[in-house]
Amino acid sequence: MMLSRVADSMFWMSRYIERAENIARFLDVNAFLHLDLGDTVEEQWDPLIAVTGDEDMFRERYGKATRDSVSKFLMFDDEYPNSIMSCLAGARENARIIREYISTAMWNEINKFYLMVQDAPREMSSEATSQFCEEVRLGAQLFVGVTDGTFSHGEGWHFARMGRLLERADKTSRILDVRYYLLLPTVSDVGTPLDIVQWSALLRCASALNMYRAQHGRISPSRIAEFLLLDADFPRAVRHCCDVADRSLRFITGTPAGTFRNNAEKRLGRLRAELDYTAIDDVFNEGFHEFIDRLQLRLNEVGEAIVENLLAPQKILQSQSQSQSQGSWHRRPMEQPE
Amino acid sequence: MLFTNYDATSAYDEMFAKTGGPRRGTELLFDRLGKLTGVELQHYQNTAMATMRSLGITFNVYGHADGTEKIWPLDVIPRVIEHDEWRLVERGLKQRAMALNLFVNDIYNDQKCLRDGIVPRELIESCEVYRAQCQGLKPPKGIWTHISGTDLVRDKNGTIYVLEDNIRVPSGVSYVLENRAVMKRAFPRAFEGHAILPVEDYPERLLETLMHCAPDGVSDPCVVVWTPGIYNSAYFEHSSLARQMGVRLVQATDLVVHDERVHMRTTRGLARVDVIYRRIDDDFIDPTVFREDSVLGVPGLMDVYRNGGVTLCNAPGNGVGDDKAIYVFIPKLIQYYLGEDAILPNVPTYICENPKERAYVLEHLSSLVMKPTNASGGKGIVLGPRATRAELDEVRAAILEDPRNYIAQPMLQLSTVPTVVDQNVEGRHVDLRPFILYGKEIYVLPGGLTRVALRKGSMIVNSSQGGGSKDTWVLANKGH
Repeated sequence: MMLSRVADSMFWMSRYIERAENIARFLDVNAFLHLDLGDTVEEQWDPLIAVTGDEDMFRERYGKATRDSVSKFLMFDDEYPNSIMSCLAGARENARIIREYISTAMWNEINKFYLMVQDAPREMSSEATSQFCEEVRLGAQLFVGVTDGTFSHGEGWHFARMGRLLERADKTSRILDVRYYLLLPTVSDVGTPLDIVQWSALLRCASALNMYRAQHGRISPSRIAEFLLLDADFPRAVRHCCDVADRSLRFITGTPAGTFRNNAEKRLGRLRAELDYTAIDDVFNEGFHEFIDRLQLRLNEVGEAIVENLLAPQKILQSQSQSQSQGSWHRRPMEQPE
Repeated sequence: MLFTNYDATSAYDEMFAKTGGPRRGTELLFDRLGKLTGVELQHYQNTAMATMRSLGITFNVYGHADGTEKIWPLDVIPRVIEHDEWRLVERGLKQRAMALNLFVNDIYNDQKCLRDGIVPRELIESCEVYRAQCQGLKPPKGIWTHISGTDLVRDKNGTIYVLEDNIRVPSGVSYVLENRAVMKRAFPRAFEGHAILPVEDYPERLLETLMHCAPDGVSDPCVVVWTPGIYNSAYFEHSSLARQMGVRLVQATDLVVHDERVHMRTTRGLARVDVIYRRIDDDFIDPTVFREDSVLGVPGLMDVYRNGGVTLCNAPGNGVGDDKAIYVFIPKLIQYYLGEDAILPNVPTYICENPKERAYVLEHLSSLVMKPTNASGGKGIVLGPRATRAELDEVRAAILEDPRNYIAQPMLQLSTVPTVVDQNVEGRHVDLRPFILYGKEIYVLPGGLTRVALRKGSMIVNSSQGGGSKDTWVLANKGH
């Protein structure tokens, strides 16, 4: 039993940390890609904005998408709710709301993590950017590790884990999308032979290269898509994320697996079942973008149902509601707290 | 040498006697500090502040553009209180706490002290924070002032005075705990060889105090801390105390009255709350009783309280006891209720409500300190000797307009403690806020919060106005 308001903050604190980590991964995947491509192709930063950011907002504030402008937008723009800086501020603000509830070690890590991002120089070389993204990833993983090691694995912990995995499911699908969007603009291109190095870079940015190799051996784009979307065991795979989020949901509600008593359970259970019974060919038949777009929509619906069914009392806390994303996204907007 | 040019003569210095040597009890600290260079001392100071920052030990300042959250300022040179002197202060504080509690209870029940003419009835009736709604209440165990913080100052002649009582929602205790913890981490060698009374058991004792006054018939009470929210100036403290006691921190929106009890909204439905350590003013407890325009309160809560279904700590209405015009009567009330002389003296105080005293105050504005009777945080205080002509005229008009709202006191020369200033040490003025818990017995936290005015010559110690703080050591060895 916990305060609904506290559960809400656990959920969002955790999501924001995961979001920051994934934004760092987005930046990394693109930077690596351009290193691998060398001078053969002009650097493409628009897709990163298209897939991960608010395109209108970006255009209005920065104009042309360059390495500099995109990095600034995604790393430090504190008016953009999904920048790494904003995510850390949001995570810390939620942690501050429940500081008495989380462990001291969790608070210390999140505060240090926030200060690290806040203190980082706003102008960075590409090496420094890469280093910074690495630190953000490590900071996020350290926080998760400290949470696991110092916070009782009860209801609150499950709210945090559920938030983290729903966020991760959404972001893994986006990372994959960046790559496909960039290199395979039409469905018919899927499956054409591409540089192994580039695909390896994608896997590495999802920390998935070794696990993929062990599972599938040779690099193949459709296998990679399969691995990152449908693998049951890889911790960043969408299906795995949905499985674990569902387990946490059921720990919280006490409803047995395979049944449902509210919309959150119904929607997540359905999504989980669909992923269990989908082959990668089905994905390509539907259309890769189309599948991912639908996936993101459904993840958002799960998030909404969780707010409605479990965190609803939060809705009356108008005075402290957190910022909403404005404007339209080229892709589905990332979820924001109520 | 750090202390070569230290000036210990402009006020009573807590560390050095007028003759220049360390006072009894501070010899060892003097020896430890004396071995450091200014650069080394500054290094410890910087480490302490870096630790404060990385641990997120903060306070909020209203109306600041650069974010409301500020790092809590700690000066690494501790303020030492010698054992025997502390025992006297402690006895004085317990005596005062007991009398204050009896007074508040008397006001809301028999009003004997009014009938016997100890306190003028008009003063109570004109008191802004007197709550008629609390008349006739008998809180569990007869306790109204569970947690209090009494501000002490030491004047030039060395006498310790009570400057004011705080029995509504006194804050600062969490910083006593954090200061000690940060000091141990950042400046451990200062502690070597010292035996200092611990402060770390405060949260345990606070919880004990809160559980002690649970409603009748509740054996395993659910205790919560009620905060106005993260933008409140003392939010850090609310959160910190809840965490250290292991109880829930709630906001008004978490609470609801149902079935004649107070409950909190949880993910599993409603859960009953028995004791509320409220860190919110009376006005905002229950909009149906106190302030209808309040969005912060819990409708119906006062009814539950009045029927004994929940305990509020501190009790609503007890602000009548720390009204600055009532303050004058506390020594008399100690005599009246306890038959004892007050151990800790009051600062001589003029009540502007009294025509004779008002005339004196108006004649001597430029040498007195004028204080509103019901404000906190140093708001509205006018220091006569440092005020401009216009400020004096303003306070004169204010006193004439509403004399009940003002008292005046002579300007005290607060004592000084060596303080780190740019790789050097200079004396800065301090006060002291000890914390007192009124439960099964009365407990005084050893030491308390030493606040220090960081600007040279300044007597303003409030953290919202450039004040800092110091770890406060009460030496454990008798007759050290």
